[in-house]
Amino acid sequence: MNTLLQGTALHRAYGPTPALRGVDIEVTEGEIVAVTGPSGCGKSTLLHCLAGIMRVDSGSVRYRDQDIGLWSESARSKLRRTEFGVLFQFGQLVPELTAGENVALPLLLGGVKRREAQKTAEEWLDRFGVAELAGKLPGAMSGGQQQRCAVARAMVTEPRALFADEPTGALDVLTGEQVLGEIVRVAREKGMAVVLVTHEAQIAAYADREISLRDGALDPTGLGLRTRA
Amino acid sequence: MSTSHVLLGLLAGGPRHGYELKRSHDDRLPQAKPLAFGQVYATLGRLERDGLVEQSGQDRDGGPDRTSYVITEAGRARLGEWLTEVEPPAPYVTSALFAKVVVSLLASGERVATEYLVAQRAAHTTRLRELTAVKTDSAATVGDVIAADYAIAHLDADLRWLQTTLLRLADLNEEMNP
Repeated sequence: MNTLLQGTALHRAYGPTPALRGVDIEVTEGEIVAVTGPSGCGKSTLLHCLAGIMRVDSGSVRYRDQDIGLWSESARSKLRRTEFGVLFQFGQLVPELTAGENVALPLLLGGVKRREAQKTAEEWLDRFGVAELAGKLPGAMSGGQQQRCAVARAMVTEPRALFADEPTGALDVLTGEQVLGEIVRVAREKGMAVVLVTHEAQIAAYADREISLRDGALDPTGLGLRTRA
Repeated sequence: MSTSHVLLGLLAGGPRHGYELKRSHDDRLPQAKPLAFGQVYATLGRLERDGLVEQSGQDRDGGPDRTSYVITEAGRARLGEWLTEVEPPAPYVTSALFAKVVVSLLASGERVATEYLVAQRAAHTTRLRELTAVKTDSAATVGDVIAADYAIAHLDADLRWLQTTLLRLADLNEEMNP
């Protein structure tokens, strides 16, 4: 399979505090990779850097062999809108818009005509079993329903890579399992790569492969061992 | 858990007789069922028959005869194999995992114990992924899913235990080998 994303020697600090200290990661087309590790290990920072939301201090992030760090902000923004989908734990839907409008939003931003965007949004809500919510505002939905809508919105453009940061962290076990199962099913069906950040082994087990971080560096043992110089 | 391997591990530190082995076993592995004397002597008899231990002397010490045993080279080799061998990931293996870590520290040191924990984690993670694939298979019945849930919950508990044990390993080593 072809390499989709490649991070090389990634460094990123928040002021004096290093969050990533030379991480290498490669994700191939259609691959589901879990990024695990304890709180503060740098896994969310890694996801933000790979998704082009955050710039690295040094090192490179390549998407289809192009260094996105060299791109203008507008080119990166377009990449995020068209090729990437991003999903967080909660609080992502625009509260003033209905579920249908929320899901249609990335399509409208990408220049799709309103009627077509609405139709596609409804299909994606249906795919995640929440078609009946199309006209509802987020405030009138349960946490699980909101997260299903958020998943539909993250996947509606059929991105090549979905970045999911603890996507089921705020859901009860059974709902979390259903949502994750649906993400994995659709990603496989569409050949989307998924970078799944989690601190839970049971969630990481949905992925094809797992990489672990510790103190901002790769931890090949997965057991929180400090990497040896 | 394998009593014969644990006894070999306890003998790795030097010759001991049956009573000392029983006491040491019960102290070191408090969560395991206490060993019966009969079980200790029967196990020593089998180990001796297989050339893994040998008698090293008799000690009367005012009481009944007590035979001391010492581990042989073949015994050390067998112990070494066991300490690096990953347990089949399945529910209820924690006592075997715990025994292996304790015996590792007694007989071989922190490095072997660490390597074992890392290898065991990899085996558990692979099994967890297989069971998750069973659950997400569109052909899975609810019964399949519930059975997989059961195994997954136990493996997950083991994985948490492996992780925290690793973080406590240096302290455990200090406690056991002061």
